[in-house]
Amino acid sequence: MTPSDYVASSLLIFGTLFFFAGTVGLLRFPDVYTRLHALTKSDNVGLGLVIAGLAVQAESWFVVGKLLLIWLLVLLAGASVAHLIAKGAMRRGVQMWKR
Amino acid sequence: MQTIYFTLGSFLLLTLGAGIWRALRGPTAADRMLAVQLFGTTAVATTLLLAEAFGNAALRDVALVFALLAAVTAVAFVRRAWPGEEVECDSE
Amino acid sequence: MEALTLLQWTFDSLIGLGLMWLAWRALASPQLFRAVVLFVAFGLLMALAWVRLDAPDIALAEVAIGAGLTGALLLAALARLTTAEKAHNEADQSGKRNHAVRTSRWFPAALLLMVAAGLAYSVLSIPPSSAGLSVEVAANLDISGVSNPVTAVLLNFRGYDTLLEILVLLLALLGVWSLGGSPSQRAAPAGPVLDTLARVLTPVLILLAAYFLWVGAHAPGGAFQAGAVLGAAGVLLLLAGWRPHPGFMQLPLRLVLVAGPGLFLVTALFTVVMGRHLLEYPPERARILIVILETAEALSIGTTLAALFRGERPQEKERQ
Repeated sequence: MTPSDYVASSLLIFGTLFFFAGTVGLLRFPDVYTRLHALTKSDNVGLGLVIAGLAVQAESWFVVGKLLLIWLLVLLAGASVAHLIAKGAMRRGVQMWKR
Repeated sequence: MQTIYFTLGSFLLLTLGAGIWRALRGPTAADRMLAVQLFGTTAVATTLLLAEAFGNAALRDVALVFALLAAVTAVAFVRRAWPGEEVECDSE
Repeated sequence: MEALTLLQWTFDSLIGLGLMWLAWRALASPQLFRAVVLFVAFGLLMALAWVRLDAPDIALAEVAIGAGLTGALLLAALARLTTAEKAHNEADQSGKRNHAVRTSRWFPAALLLMVAAGLAYSVLSIPPSSAGLSVEVAANLDISGVSNPVTAVLLNFRGYDTLLEILVLLLALLGVWSLGGSPSQRAAPAGPVLDTLARVLTPVLILLAAYFLWVGAHAPGGAFQAGAVLGAAGVLLLLAGWRPHPGFMQLPLRLVLVAGPGLFLVTALFTVVMGRHLLEYPPERARILIVILETAEALSIGTTLAALFRGERPQEKERQ
């Protein structure tokens, strides 16, 4: 394994850990709004780290650009959809969790 | 590297399975929609890993379409299919 | 067993078992909404299965049509069902409860098991390393006009199947249009977030469709994938509250819908009239013919899918 392999592997493993954290949040958090937080933020960071790890091994700058484009689009779509779901839930009277 | 790709891919599939539990369980409809969001992002990550594992550059296009179409489905849910009455709330 | 093969087996079994579990839960869900969500998840996992099998063309079609657009169509249909049910329940106050008729389930179960056993037998008796028709396709690839074997098969060697599929799609739209109107739904105006999302994603989707159309000649892509992405752009616009110009909805819309299948039919007739077999392109014209046909297909498919999502037949203009 070359050094770039090590760097890529560690980035990929960290990314997957973030995905795991997001799913744990999805399962354990008490209401829709907190679950949205866990899912969107954690999954997008995880995806970013995975893409960084893949970009290290990419064969050309074109591929790096394509990977970055995918990440940016997922960020945009994820954030917008999270906002829409949260606003919709609030409009429909889903209560926020209070301690 | 191949072992890493497939290990991480399997791990991501397991997190997917755990997320489906939320889709089955989630008390409100929004919780179920969250599962589709989870699916979209995890599928993008898994597809990109497999694209690298197989060396098939076309699979990255598939990842792009995954991301965009999951977003369109989520918007369709929010604007059309969300059960329940909308009440105007003053705090935006 | 070597570690990598074991890992690949784990991956494959996770996908396979996940598919079966999702299918079971989707079918067994008492609430329709939950069933639709699980069905969309099933479609996404199926697309992942195609990715695992290293089949980008099919994966593209499955994501775009099977998961994304079918999910949106089912959600829209569910919304109409709920509105219609509410209106019906308000009108009919007799308080009858719907009883599910409980017939025996053993006979269908036995039938399905026999079919499954037959399928398993035929799949398992395929020789593991059979090339199928890929040898013949590869041998004839240079006269087909494209270098992507999937596109060559879809648009040239088996163009007849593609023609029928496109006609079926048009027929589905005619069926939906002939069902008449649905109870109108009041939709809140789109907020700034949805508006911006639609404004950013629509050009991206259109560009992506053009990209798939162009690249389909030598890499995974093609008319169906491009058309499905265009359809998704149309669905997104409709969801964000955009309505096309009323003048477009009469003749121009119908022209666009018919352009794809119509052009294909004209080509088929032409090849027969010129004395060749049905849809046998002259090799020197094959490439340009495929490009033209694919562009027309993509436009028609995209418009048909968006029109399917909208559901209602465009109203006749009132004549004074």
